[in-house]
Amino acid sequence: MNYLQDYRKKELILAVSQELKAISKKNITLMEVCGGHTAAIHRFGLPSLLPPNIRLLSGPGCPVCVSSQHFLDTAIAYSKLPDVIIATYGDLIRVPGSVSSLDKEKANGHDIRIIYSVLEALELARKNPGKKVVFLGIGFETTAPATAAAIVEAQKEKLTNFFVLSAHKVMPPVMKALVQEGVKIDGFIAPGHVSAITGTAIYNDLAIVYKLGIVVAGFEPADLMQAILMLVRQIESGSPKVEVQYRRVVREQGNKIAQSLLSKVFELKDDRWRGLDIIPGSGLKIRSGFSGFDAEKYFTVSIPEPSKPKGCICGLILRGLKTPNDCNLFARTCTPSDPVGACMISAEGTCATYYKYRS
Amino acid sequence: MCLAIPAKVIRVEGTSALVAIEEVEYQASLLLLEDVHPGDFVMLHAGFAIEKVDPEEAAGMLMLLKEIENNNLQ
Repeated sequence: MNYLQDYRKKELILAVSQELKAISKKNITLMEVCGGHTAAIHRFGLPSLLPPNIRLLSGPGCPVCVSSQHFLDTAIAYSKLPDVIIATYGDLIRVPGSVSSLDKEKANGHDIRIIYSVLEALELARKNPGKKVVFLGIGFETTAPATAAAIVEAQKEKLTNFFVLSAHKVMPPVMKALVQEGVKIDGFIAPGHVSAITGTAIYNDLAIVYKLGIVVAGFEPADLMQAILMLVRQIESGSPKVEVQYRRVVREQGNKIAQSLLSKVFELKDDRWRGLDIIPGSGLKIRSGFSGFDAEKYFTVSIPEPSKPKGCICGLILRGLKTPNDCNLFARTCTPSDPVGACMISAEGTCATYYKYRS
Repeated sequence: MCLAIPAKVIRVEGTSALVAIEEVEYQASLLLLEDVHPGDFVMLHAGFAIEKVDPEEAAGMLMLLKEIENNNLQ
């Protein structure tokens, strides 16, 4: 049994809503880091079930949204090289680079394939020995182990035409950076599937040093309501700590196989984030032992001077400093069918979610 | 992006498993998860099984929710 229906039961959700209204006294702001949480919270209308003193704020957990202009411009430049196939997860292709987008380059006849799994990129490399397949590696700790596994497979098979452009990122440094920057929050609804890989120790600092409540949550409405209740109990009693609501999937130690593949293939690097510039130790680069699969080592391209869409406040939204309603473009010149910035493009971007469920 | 969906394991075939979400069958790589058996539910993410669903933990957290519901009714 998969428990999805149990965790969608109206009676349970309303019971937590009542309980929250009874026990929640302080004015608090909770940040959901994960774009999947943002989408679920609005899809199920959860803000309307919370007492008015609890505010939810979206964070930087949408990989397409946080991928930097530099990364996109590099991918676009690769797509124009001869005999290159770009393999990418879907949302990325519409994000505007400084002078083009992958979508436009695909229309121009360049070979850009949308894939669901990095394993499809490996298969493309096997089937097209005369081509160079570049996989655009985006995503956090949930997704990066799959890329690591693919690189290890490619090495075993001695593939020489499979490359990864890594923009993979890790979660804790950006959470810390936001807090240090002064975003006013009382706790994090921590990402469920990132934590399934990493385990929960990565959040200890945030709870101990910054006195923030941290609850790792699942993605169904009762999961999220229960996580909010756990955070409220922590905050009302003045005892912030790391707890797991999503216990059916998240173990304290995380997934050891995935962790060891991650550290075998990748090492930490200072990385660029949209709206946040460079955060130390926040990105994953391919270790020298696997440099034969590192697109940045293999290809040389020149990248245009990065330019940003005018008026777009995606970066401020990702930092929790603004919401889509603060943006002059939102739902006027910027819509999912004609998006200006990355936050409107990804299905889990904060702007796309606010647009879809706006009242 | 970090979306993962529970899928029921039908058959294990080496480093891969045939899994089903509702009635639809998928291949799930087992390169990130071991000790997987038919009947288990695994979380499927981008073609990889990334973790097992623990039925006892699921029932435990549901029980806490039901207690809140019962207390409210009283």
